[in-house]
Amino acid sequence: MSMTPRVLEIRRQVLSKNDEIARGLRDRLRAHGIFTLNLVSSPGSGKTRLLEETLRRLVARGICVHALVGDLATDNDAQRLARSGAPVRQILTQGRCHLEAAMIAQHLDGWDLDACDVLCIENVGNLVCPSSYDLGEDVRVALLSVTEGEDKPLKYPAIFNSSDVAVITKTDLAEACDTDMRALHDNLQAIRPGMRVFETSSRTGAGLEAWVDYLVEQWRAREVPR
Amino acid sequence: MHELSIAHSLVELAQQHLPPEATRVVAVDVRIGALAGVVGDALEFCYAIATEGTRLQGSILRVHDVPGAWHCVVCDAERTLDATFVLRCQVCGAPAGDLLAGRELELTSIEYDTAEDAPR
Repeated sequence: MSMTPRVLEIRRQVLSKNDEIARGLRDRLRAHGIFTLNLVSSPGSGKTRLLEETLRRLVARGICVHALVGDLATDNDAQRLARSGAPVRQILTQGRCHLEAAMIAQHLDGWDLDACDVLCIENVGNLVCPSSYDLGEDVRVALLSVTEGEDKPLKYPAIFNSSDVAVITKTDLAEACDTDMRALHDNLQAIRPGMRVFETSSRTGAGLEAWVDYLVEQWRAREVPR
Repeated sequence: MHELSIAHSLVELAQQHLPPEATRVVAVDVRIGALAGVVGDALEFCYAIATEGTRLQGSILRVHDVPGAWHCVVCDAERTLDATFVLRCQVCGAPAGDLLAGRELELTSIEYDTAEDAPR
């Protein structure tokens, strides 16, 4: 008898389970008229600080914003963000380096989604792993601080290519760091042609209104009649 | 390092599709795109751990790399992403549009033996 192993063709996405949950979540959030952001970046690029300023400004404009924040441990970020007055929940990943769609779905329980306009998800600080996991967001936002070096997009192409928008943070430090802003923009466009880019400083407030204007515009465009 | 999470998802998916008559899994084939954010070597390493105690234990993982590709509308030609990851046409310099390939993270096939295949 001959030994011919059998081959079964499958052709399924390895993360199809996460993708299915993410699709369901996206449909659900959109049905409630919610605009959802997934913020990704390396640790220390200023996600929580940008989010603090973003939540505060959205609340001041009368927009109902909720936030989910992912970390390996501690609820420090949720405590910081809660000062904005927006409902905030911490997702503890217990050592995992990224958020998954199921974690988002679990942490929405008990929130009145009909009242919510914008949902901000702060991913775990990591420029590699979160790129593979769809969280059901409308827009993936990659943050990049001027202190990280102009070539960061070239070093981590997967995450920058999979992001829809980039926010350059800490622009008040650009001069002190000798940051070549032109090179930074060129590198973002090289990895993600046509990417929309915002320049911000959470410390001075520069660029924040334009960023918040964009979020409000995006939410309005997706709003469903109630 | 999310390759261990991905390896667990891969093993779970492969087990769902594995025919009941399979007595031994020889190999599992995956396609990984250049922009999938997954490292083949790391996935192979984690695969051995993730398959322990499952029906896939002892099988090998075969990784097939898929280069990033897009259609350059200026040149009307297909372009392939090189090691610089710059999404610009190498001939005319036009920025790339949507990717035709490069984001794959796909279980393509499973190779297995059945009892009938076993040497007598």
